[in-house]
Amino acid sequence: MSLPFLLEIGTEEIPDWMIVPALNNLQDMFQALLDQHVLGGRVTAVDATPRRLVLRAEGLLERQADVEELVLGPPKSAGSGAAAGFAKKMGTTADQLGTQSTAKGEYFSFAKRTQGQATAAVLAHELPNLILKIQWPKTMYWNGKGSERFIRPIRWLVALLGDAVVPFEISGVKSGKTTVGHRVLGKPSLAVTIENFDDELRTNGVILSANERRDKIESGIGALRVKPDPDLLHTLVYITEFPTPILGNFDRSYLELPQEVLVTVMRHHQKYLSVEDADGKLAPHFIAVMNTNTDPDGLVRHGNERVLRARFNDARFFWDQDQKKALTARLEDLKTVTFQAKLGSYYDKSKRIVDYVEGTDGSADAQRAACFCKCDLTTEMVKEFTDLQGVVGGLYARAQGESEEVAQAIYDHYRPLSMEDDLPRTEAGRIVSWADKWDTLVECFKVGMIPTGSKDPFALRRAAQGVVRLIVEGKVDFKFDFVDGPLREFMRDRVEYYFRDVRGFRYDEVRACMAISWDNLIELEERLEWLKAVRPTPDFEPIAASFKRIKNILKQAEYSDLSAYREDLLEAGPELDLYEEIVRTTSLPLESRIAALRPKVDLFFDKILVNDHRENIRRNRLALLQSLLTEFSEVADFSEIVTERQS
Amino acid sequence: MSTGLTFQETVFRLKQYWSDRGCIIQEPYDVEVGAGTMAPETFLRVLGPDPYSVAYVQPSRRPADGRYGDNPNRLYKHQQLQVILKPAPADVIDQYLGSLQAIGIDLKKHDIKFEEDNWEAPTLGAWGIGWQVMLDGLEISQFTYFQQCGGFELDPVPAELTYGLERIVAFLQNVDSVYDIEWTRGVKYRRVRLVEEYQFSKYNFELADVGMLWQLFDLHEKECQRLLKMPDMVLPAYDQVLKCSHIFNLLDSRGAISVTERVGVIGRVRKLALGVAAAWMKRSEAAA
Repeated sequence: MSLPFLLEIGTEEIPDWMIVPALNNLQDMFQALLDQHVLGGRVTAVDATPRRLVLRAEGLLERQADVEELVLGPPKSAGSGAAAGFAKKMGTTADQLGTQSTAKGEYFSFAKRTQGQATAAVLAHELPNLILKIQWPKTMYWNGKGSERFIRPIRWLVALLGDAVVPFEISGVKSGKTTVGHRVLGKPSLAVTIENFDDELRTNGVILSANERRDKIESGIGALRVKPDPDLLHTLVYITEFPTPILGNFDRSYLELPQEVLVTVMRHHQKYLSVEDADGKLAPHFIAVMNTNTDPDGLVRHGNERVLRARFNDARFFWDQDQKKALTARLEDLKTVTFQAKLGSYYDKSKRIVDYVEGTDGSADAQRAACFCKCDLTTEMVKEFTDLQGVVGGLYARAQGESEEVAQAIYDHYRPLSMEDDLPRTEAGRIVSWADKWDTLVECFKVGMIPTGSKDPFALRRAAQGVVRLIVEGKVDFKFDFVDGPLREFMRDRVEYYFRDVRGFRYDEVRACMAISWDNLIELEERLEWLKAVRPTPDFEPIAASFKRIKNILKQAEYSDLSAYREDLLEAGPELDLYEEIVRTTSLPLESRIAALRPKVDLFFDKILVNDHRENIRRNRLALLQSLLTEFSEVADFSEIVTERQS
Repeated sequence: MSTGLTFQETVFRLKQYWSDRGCIIQEPYDVEVGAGTMAPETFLRVLGPDPYSVAYVQPSRRPADGRYGDNPNRLYKHQQLQVILKPAPADVIDQYLGSLQAIGIDLKKHDIKFEEDNWEAPTLGAWGIGWQVMLDGLEISQFTYFQQCGGFELDPVPAELTYGLERIVAFLQNVDSVYDIEWTRGVKYRRVRLVEEYQFSKYNFELADVGMLWQLFDLHEKECQRLLKMPDMVLPAYDQVLKCSHIFNLLDSRGAISVTERVGVIGRVRKLALGVAAAWMKRSEAAA
């Protein structure tokens, strides 16, 4: 008979963004537990609300199967005394023993039968550990020092195998068959079975399924045109147990404020979805998602409108206040704004950004944007709405009569914020963005603030990724020639990651091309494109294999100073043929040379023994191969290519 | 809605509610602090093994937040109702929700959410895990399970609940400006506090004597260090920490602390705070 299983971990409100990874982790660990203990069954569903993680499994055995294993005892020659001792150890009598013949002779043996454990017992033993092993970004303790840690306090546990409770305890909470409803809409104590669990929760104000909560929000929004925002929707799904969207309004006069400001206030501070009119312009409405079923007296809507009004009033006040001092007059004020404790102020940083922009021949507009790009950090607007740094500077620059080019460059200069994010729209914007990020990298590495493992508090990986994209896709004219030390290694990894994981070049192609040089990313990109194009041609892989062979031969020969070969030492036949083909094809493009040289190289290795017993001949042949390798190594180190034969 | 409780009635109700649940009702600490957490009733009492539950209103001074009384929602000095429950009871959230009902909030007609917000005060060597509590989109409380204070892991773990009283009462009374809150029937918040907001904003931003403040900072720091060398002078020493912390905030609002100085000054306050916490722990260990 197989049994269903249900686990619910009841907690106080878990941060929304941690829930899905934790569920996946729980699912994997539980399935591994079933497999490891041979309990049968598989996880069929996981789901969660902010207050509960739920896992369902089906097809569990009632108990593990019994296991029989053959245990060898002493040799038969040891006699009956030894046999009795062995039997005693096995918990049996000598007449139950068998014999087993092995290469070393006859041995006493016993077919030892281990009874399988009840599944409930195994789970009861394993579950506390498994639950406490769920990975969270940050955990807490709530019952005093040294007590169990979890993301938030565990307040109840439901664990049912069929109809029976799997009994265990975590931090004073005993598992049972009683769950808890919604804080306001449900009963605080609720007996459940595996069969009625979801329904009982539902009648107590909890929609367990995240998908269903999402659908409920979306259908509640109905035909309203909402600015698409999957991240915010995800958050709303996971901060509610019973989401209900409501429509609120704000005064049309606030639409005079920049849309960016309004949307940020609504999104980041209030978790409201923005509403658009038929033309895609921001409309004076918002959608808030409640964690309850109704707003009978309109109090929730009224309250949210009131909060938003205060927020918008603040924003308007900040805007007016900030206009009293021009962006360009704020440069001096940056002296009191810390960039990083060890790295001085944003004033210093601004100076350096300007230098970098000048150094890469940035336009006058780019230089002006660079100079004032950080000035918005002293504005009330950015102090309040940090996410709008850059954007606010750009808006103010425009309002204060700076050229569109300067305004846009300031506006965009934090971009790209992610791999998917767009680059700044203008050349000036891209140069300033690059200079800002590059400066951060250089300065942080200078004082040893280097990311390690998962620790990257200054988001240097993101900055470096931005730098790579700005050079390759944004055509910012910068090369890594003079970059060395840990920063060089760090950038190298980022370049490799970019071309491989973002651009989709094969890893061996990236390694082959980068082995030659990666100082100039534009040129690296061209070589990668070339290699990718030439790779499927029939002669390519064989010649790559030959190059690997050449490299090995040279390596084994351990010559470091192979001077030019002498033509007069070349022997007629495959050796001279190869030489002549090299000379003949010198001016041809590389892809044509590959086709021409491949049969000659093959023949050379077929017929010629490089390690000739005459030292001068041997040296000369090695030198020929070295020169061939060098000529081909302008594009890529072919020996890095993984060929068919190897894989 | 506009028939909501007055400011002082709200305070009375909350104090009564927590008194009924076994809290000591304390009066505000009479040295300037930036938050209720800094009052010794929290900072020191959360340390060590003794259970302690307390509630008090703490005027909290943040010089840089002053707006000369012009801004309807921002204040140099606001009133926090601070509750410490040590150890945190298992039903602490239900107790908290009960307190909202006690001040007339019908939870069936409102929307309550607990949104992640971990609290940290590096100058106090303190941090905790918790939420901001949102009522119809308004942040009304900070709810924290203290994990560390003064650099010490806490055992038992206290829960700290803070109520932003001005916000909550403005909500209850449905007014858009804190200055329109009825403090008691017929008396507005404006009449009680506006002049204070204006004068202190002007003083904090424009007039405070920077040279004098630096001198005071040094003097209080020295006094704290001197007291920390003596047995059983923890509380007087802690007063000196609070003085330093407030003077630091004043210097900051005067724009008198440069980037390079800033970290150092914060470090000096932190060092004193950690020293006091260590002395308090030593004392409670000796008593045990």
